[in-house]
Amino acid sequence: MKTTTIKKKDIAGFLDNILTEYKVFAPVTRDERVVFEEIGAGSEAILDYQNTPMPPKGILFPQTERLFSYRSTKEIPDIVVPSFEEKQQLIFGIRPCDARSFTILDTVFDGDVKDPYYVNRRANTVMISIGCTKPQATCFCTSVGGGPFSEEGSDLLMIDCGDEYVVKVASDKGTRLLEKRGFEDAGKDKLAFVEEVIKKAEASMGPEVETDGLKEKLDKSFNDPIWMQVTDKCLGCGLCTYFCPTCHCFDIVDETVGSAGERIRIWDSCMFPLFALQASGLNPRPTVKERFRQRIMHKFSYMMDDYGKIGCVGCGRCVTECPVNLDIRQVLDKISRSEDIK
Amino acid sequence: MKNPYVPFPMRIENIVMETEDRDIKTFSLSFVHAEDEENFQYIPGQFAELSVFRTGEAPFGMASSPSQNGCLEFTISKVGVVTTALHNMEEGEIVGVRGPLGNGYPMETLRDKNIVLIGGGFGFSTLRALTNFMIDESNRAHFGDITVVYGARKPGQLLYKEDLENWGRRPDLHLYLTVDTGDEEWKGRVGLVPTIIKEVAPSSEAAYALVCGPPIMIQFTLPVVEKLGFPPDRTLLSLEMRMKCGVGMCGRCNIGSKYVCKDGPVFSCAQLSELTSNEY
Repeated sequence: MKTTTIKKKDIAGFLDNILTEYKVFAPVTRDERVVFEEIGAGSEAILDYQNTPMPPKGILFPQTERLFSYRSTKEIPDIVVPSFEEKQQLIFGIRPCDARSFTILDTVFDGDVKDPYYVNRRANTVMISIGCTKPQATCFCTSVGGGPFSEEGSDLLMIDCGDEYVVKVASDKGTRLLEKRGFEDAGKDKLAFVEEVIKKAEASMGPEVETDGLKEKLDKSFNDPIWMQVTDKCLGCGLCTYFCPTCHCFDIVDETVGSAGERIRIWDSCMFPLFALQASGLNPRPTVKERFRQRIMHKFSYMMDDYGKIGCVGCGRCVTECPVNLDIRQVLDKISRSEDIK
Repeated sequence: MKNPYVPFPMRIENIVMETEDRDIKTFSLSFVHAEDEENFQYIPGQFAELSVFRTGEAPFGMASSPSQNGCLEFTISKVGVVTTALHNMEEGEIVGVRGPLGNGYPMETLRDKNIVLIGGGFGFSTLRALTNFMIDESNRAHFGDITVVYGARKPGQLLYKEDLENWGRRPDLHLYLTVDTGDEEWKGRVGLVPTIIKEVAPSSEAAYALVCGPPIMIQFTLPVVEKLGFPPDRTLLSLEMRMKCGVGMCGRCNIGSKYVCKDGPVFSCAQLSELTSNEY
């Protein structure tokens, strides 16, 4: 099956049916903000939103996570690794940029060494994304290899066509989900109509960030004073990294109460001064300039070297959430256009 | 699926206070479970994450040679939270270990070559491991001349005194010890490591130079080594960086696109010069 359709009024029922088998995460409104949360009924999911301030990254890579627990009363501590949730889960209504962000996290957590916590959850998760008919002014997915209707990372992609969604099937997982529920192929006519919707949305997007030759330019810029200029107003608060769907850096700490201990993994940020500080006092990235440069270089140069892809999906959250309006698009643009960097 | 975060237990068999300032100790650890020992096949230059349960984890290079059976040794300077907790532990207590991690010294490449080891301070630990590996009866024939230049601030800060005595007696190893400041009993060399290298002037022919020590020593040693004719691809550094996961995921120990934990900690100067970043 390539394509099918589902009426908007049938979505809640569709989700209720899925809920009998899956744990379902969907966008819901909490305190006037839209967030991804586990839902108990299909009617809780909202469909008309642009994107959540927080990406759904935490569903597969939680902000804090217990790696194992132990008791130190015995001579040799008993280590207990949490058992993996066997119930299938489904993320409904994820935006294509965020679905795509998991393909970047895959390269990190599912490479030569596997992170079993992420990998198990990932294998157990189905993603149904909703294409962006109304991209935001801060979106730049098309500049970094994605698009408002990119299917990368999604199992199903829903496209808003008035009172119904056209659903593109992007994986076997997606096919199985639909076939089991009696959906039928919608044929080619629908696809032609969808092409128009997609074109219109892409045309409405802001100017592209130039990424051709950007990596080479960034590599040459490493010691250039331009980094002083572009990071001048950065507070080093790290918000950009916490809102980023592809940032994967973490810390590992032990937390204890009495004889019980837990080893916890928590999100960390390359923007923090302690991040790379060594016990000797040496800090290879001592100021905001080096730390900001690390963040940009990691996504747009080092990820290219290591995995052959840009580590940014262009969701624009670091633009909208930055307290001093430091716009990554402008930073990249400045470096791209600089004639001093040769 | 193997869980890379879960440590296995090892018992502290022996603790040696290495230095007169009482800040550096060498811990000898024995495996509690036989299968952990079987799985722990390492080469000199690799490291492991040591856990002090209820405190945390930190990475340390193995100071023991894989040619010694049974125990793993770690030389630990008391500088932070985990190292202080380790220093407060006693023989018989249990620590957690994850590893071996990192690439280690390129043993195949070093085979049949002349080896010049240059170490300073407690950065010497994995070079000690390599030296003991190379002079092991079963390995000595696979290496050419071995020259060891090792410096510390003061005579009382030199590590592995027993090894140094043994090495000094060996006809098949050239040992040069130096201190920044001597004392009344010190009969050896006085001077910084780069100066001593200049004096000793080991031949670079068919030789590799392996350097490990504090950044300031590395900075002044590399030009001397280069002048002696060691090309960048035959000058190897073992680097330190703050680490957490040890397997290239947590994102903090990178130099450009290379992770010190996974791609290192041993790099040739040629490899490092190709990197965009000089943040080390």
